[in-house]
This record gives sequence, structure tokens and C-alpha cells, in this order.
Amino acid sequence: MMSHRGRTLTGWGVVNLIVVLYALFPVWWIVALSFKDPSTLSDGDFIPRKWTWANYRGIFQTSEFTRALINSIGIAVIATTIAVVLGTMAAYAVARLRFPGKRLLIGMSLLIAMFPPISLVSPLFNIERVLGIFDTWPGLIIPYMTFSLPLAIYTLSAFFREIPWDLEKAAKVDGATAAQAFRLVIAPLAAPGVFTTGILVFIFCWNDFLFAISLTSTTAARTVPAAIAFFTGSSQFQQPTGSIAAAAVVITVPIVIFVLLFQRRIVAGLTAGAVKG
Amino acid sequence: MAEIVLDGITKRYPDGALAVSDFNLSIADGEFVILVGPSGCGKSTTLNMIAGLEDITEGTLRIDGQVVNDRAPKDRDIAMVFQSYALYPHMNVRDNMGFALRLAKTDKAVINTKVEEAARILDLTQHLDRKPANLSGGQRQRVAMGRAIVRDPKAFLMDEPLSNLDAKLRVQMRTQIAALQRRLGTTTVYVTHDQVEAMTLGDRVVVMRGGLVQQVGTPQYLYDAPVNLFVAGFIGSPGMNFLGATLEHNLLRTSLGDLPVDDRLRRLLEQQDAPRELIVGIRPEDFEDAALIDDQPTGITCTATVEVRESVGSDVFVHFTEEGGPAGSAELAELAADSGRADTGMQGHQVVARLSPATRAAEGEPLELWIDTGRIHVFDPAGGANLTHPERAGA
Repeated sequence: MMSHRGRTLTGWGVVNLIVVLYALFPVWWIVALSFKDPSTLSDGDFIPRKWTWANYRGIFQTSEFTRALINSIGIAVIATTIAVVLGTMAAYAVARLRFPGKRLLIGMSLLIAMFPPISLVSPLFNIERVLGIFDTWPGLIIPYMTFSLPLAIYTLSAFFREIPWDLEKAAKVDGATAAQAFRLVIAPLAAPGVFTTGILVFIFCWNDFLFAISLTSTTAARTVPAAIAFFTGSSQFQQPTGSIAAAAVVITVPIVIFVLLFQRRIVAGLTAGAVKG
Repeated sequence: MAEIVLDGITKRYPDGALAVSDFNLSIADGEFVILVGPSGCGKSTTLNMIAGLEDITEGTLRIDGQVVNDRAPKDRDIAMVFQSYALYPHMNVRDNMGFALRLAKTDKAVINTKVEEAARILDLTQHLDRKPANLSGGQRQRVAMGRAIVRDPKAFLMDEPLSNLDAKLRVQMRTQIAALQRRLGTTTVYVTHDQVEAMTLGDRVVVMRGGLVQQVGTPQYLYDAPVNLFVAGFIGSPGMNFLGATLEHNLLRTSLGDLPVDDRLRRLLEQQDAPRELIVGIRPEDFEDAALIDDQPTGITCTATVEVRESVGSDVFVHFTEEGGPAGSAELAELAADSGRADTGMQGHQVVARLSPATRAAEGEPLELWIDTGRIHVFDPAGGANLTHPERAGA
């Protein structure tokens, strides 16, 4: 006969297990695929019978993937940096200042966030071709920045609102200029928020497929999610399944490690501002 | 250290709301001035204008003889203690206290000496390397004080610095702040909504209401000679009792009995064209158990049924209901709303009397009370002016 507490624990354990299995099953499937030898690719086995690094070696042998990886990193980092810097300034204004058109600004940024990106693909395609930034880094950085800014402003303004107004007043009375107050008092306190926002924006840019596939035509600016779609097998009779799986793992793993490492920081950031007690 | 002169200071917000109207006050060097009033009376706005955190719409502000209206807070050389303490959570106590000096590019060794000196005064030495999050409420409050005193500024501005402390600590810190201010001799402006703090701390108290200064004076003067109903009701705890009264010949008829009008009072009332309907104010200590009064010089007696008897050892407070209903006045309604009395849902009009502990008053029993009629105040219900205020005698 199990105690009430024991039963509760077992119950939760079972539920947790189901959720974890459900969430990790596709991840494991892609990892398993990436390690399968081409001959056993379609055997449907859950654990590879013949382990091989061939798929990984394969994708790094041609410039197709490495070039895309460089594009991905470059574009995501630049877009994230700009979005976070602009977002920080905008969020500070939204949280702290009273200015005409504030509600309009918030409304507009919400609108951008809710706009279905697919509907903008054709206009963007045409605009970028006219401007000559189609298939270039700026051609992707600009839309990424635009679509992640609302997210950045929203998350960051929540953080700024959490920082007591009094701290800034205290800094000013203590002899700080507005810039010093921001740099020495507000910014350090908002850092976890900026960091969290940065990660969220980075993941958005890193994972995007729609813009990457629509606004590029060569390897000049094609990011990994788009490049994967262009993978070919070693011969025309071979499916590129293994290579795709390996590439997917390569671009997923850094993000997973990143989030796991900074998970505590992100959560701490989300609950920051507990200054008064 | 400096004197602060507020000359016709007015704050009007862009939406037209008037927060502070024509504030005139000259604060002497080393003086401890309290701004007191209910929430929304403009006391914090006034303080923020002195600090430079809010713009002054009209009037001039002089600190140490210089007009500082357009100077940024950092150029005014004043220190402020906030209600929330506003300690920088990412800095330890040492850095919090030395922040202003670091910004002023003071020599590191000097900063250290000053911080340690302040820490010693405030008994914070062993906490210098801790973060504010690891300090108790009282310690945080002391750090906030320390941050102000290390700078040796021209003036201290304190915005309800004790409101976040529990009752016992608040009383302790109140004494400490008073002692510290005497010792440093720094001009201090202190904002509070607590009239007890105002009475105990200040050299002078400024009572504000709705953006207007009601009265300025020493705590005792405000208590003895309130200029209007608002000040009378706000200063003192428990507050002054107000009764509706009708002036008839030589008598003020109230539900507690007819109060005689002596020559002085009659002259005052006549001079000021007093209406027939008036409000009489009686402080709780101007009642006494009639059985304990030997000769009754200028008093009357009345009988009331004791509803609640509260003994605090040195005194006995007796509550009873006055039949006549409350004295009607906008000021009184605001006072009641501010002190929460309007929400207690009590029927009738409560009167409080402070009696000697020798009284045999018992709950539910009738008690004969003596009222010192020589100390009553008479107010004009329209406008609330105190018709018995000594400065009106010559009017």
C-alpha cells in the first residue's frame, strides 16, 4: 500500500515522463537519423544499427553548408544586436516617458508582430530586388530586425517597468547625468532582460525559414534552414536524408546548449526587479 | 548647509492639474522643516521640485542664495532619502554610500574614509560589503541615510523615509534621525503623512492640503492654535472632536450641552460676523471625568454613555456617540476620508475624551464629563476658519 505522498509522486513522475518523451521523440529521431549509415537510413529503427559520422563529415566537406553556417551566424548576430539596441531604447521610452503617440507606437508594434509574414514575402521580394539588396545579408537582416523588434520592445519594456523609478531619481540626485544614470544604474539592472531578449531574438532569426528561402537565390546570403532544403545526396540516386539530419543537429545543438547554460539566468531575468522587500 | 527659500512656487501639470499653488517658505540654515498632509496634498511634489526632479512652473527657488530653478538635480548639491530607499541593488553597501562621491570624482581614499565614518555613525560597519537584498528593512533605511550623509550636502530631503518600517522600528529611527540632524546641523526638509512624525521631528511644520499651504508653525503652535478645521483635525492623535453648534445670545448650543460664550469669544465672533451655525472643536484632553474635578473654573458638565473604554496606562480614552450628528463641513469629510474614519461604517458621530487613569468610567455606564470651555475652538463651517485663532483677535 503506497502512501498518499508516494502515489502523488509516482503520478507526477508518469506525467513528466510522457511529456518528456513526447517532446524529445522527434529530436531523438533526427539525432538517430544523422548517425545512420546510408544503407540503413530507411530501416525505421529507433537506434542506429550501424553508427557513422559520415553524414557530419559529408556536410562539412562542401562549402554549401559551411557557407550557410557563416551566413546564419553573421545575419542572426547582426540582426539581434541591432534589434536589442533599438529595442532597449524604445522600451525604455515606452516604460518611462510620457510622449504623444505612445499608444499608437505600441499598437503599431503589436500589429507588426501579428502580421502574417507570408503575406509580406512577395512585396518584400519586389522591394528588395528594386533596392538591390535581394540575396544579400542586409536583405535578411532588415526584415529579421523589423519582425523581432516588437518582441524585443515588449519583453524589455516589462523589464524596465520592474526597475523602480526611484533608483533613477536617486542617481540623479547623487549627481549622475541622465547618461550616467542609465549606464551605471539602469543598464546593469536591465542586463538580464537584455540578455533574455537577445536570446529570444537570436533564436527567431536563427530558425527562420520563410524569409531565408524567399529572399535569397544563391549561397551569398542563404542561411542554414534554407540551405538544408537545397541539399543533394552524394549521387542522384541517394536521398540526402542523412545530411539533412546532421545539418539540423548541428544548428540545433548550439541553441539547446546555450539555453540550458543560461536557463537560470533567463529565469532570473524574467523575475528580476525584486528590489524592495 | 544652506538656507532654502521657496518664493511663490507653483506646480501645474500639462493637463492643467494644479499640484502645488503659491508655496512660500523660507527655511533657515540648519532648520528641520516637515511638510505634512494627506496623500495628494502636493508635499512630495514640493520636495521633488526642491530636489530638481520636477520642473517648477512658477516662482523661484533659492538654495544658499542662488536661484536653482533651472539647475539639474546633480548641480544642486542636495541629498535625498526615498520612501523605497532606492538603494542600487547591484552595488554593495559601500558602493551605494560612495556612489555620489565616485560620480564627483572624489579621491578613493577620501571616499573610503567618509563611507567608513558614516557607517560607524549608523552602525553599518559590519554590513559594508553586503548587498541591499541581504539587509533588513531597518538596515536598508540606514544605508539610505548613510548615502545622504557621506556627501555632506547643502540639504537633506527626505520623502517619507520611515513609512516602510514596522511601528517599533519607526519610532526608534525617528529618534535617530532627529539626533543625527541635530548633530550634523544640516538643513532638512522632511515629507510625511504621519502627523506624529511631524510633531515629534520638526522645528517647524508645514501643513498642506490640496496643493495649498494651510499653516506653518512650530508643532506646539499648530496644536494650540490651528488656523482652520483642517489643521485642527489633522494635528493631534486622537484628533480634535467637532460638534455642530448654534449661537444663541451668550450660549453655544451643542448636543453635549450649552457652552457659555465669554466676553472675549463674543467680541471675536462679533468682529468676524460669525454665522449662527458654527462648529465647536474640543481636544480629547479638554474633557475630564467630572468626579475628579474639584473646582470647575470655566467648564460645563454633560452626561454621556461610555461605549468603549481604552486604557493605555497613563491615560484612559473614552469613546461615546454624540446625538447631534456630525458637524458638516467639506474639510471634515476630507479628513475623515483620509484617516479611514469614513470607511469604518460607524453610525452617529464618535467623540473621544482623554481622562485621568483614576476615572471609574465603565463601558455601557453613563459618565458625567467636564468640558474645559476655556480651551474650545470655534470654526466657521463655510471655509473652516478658526474664529478663535489668537491672530484673529486683532482683526
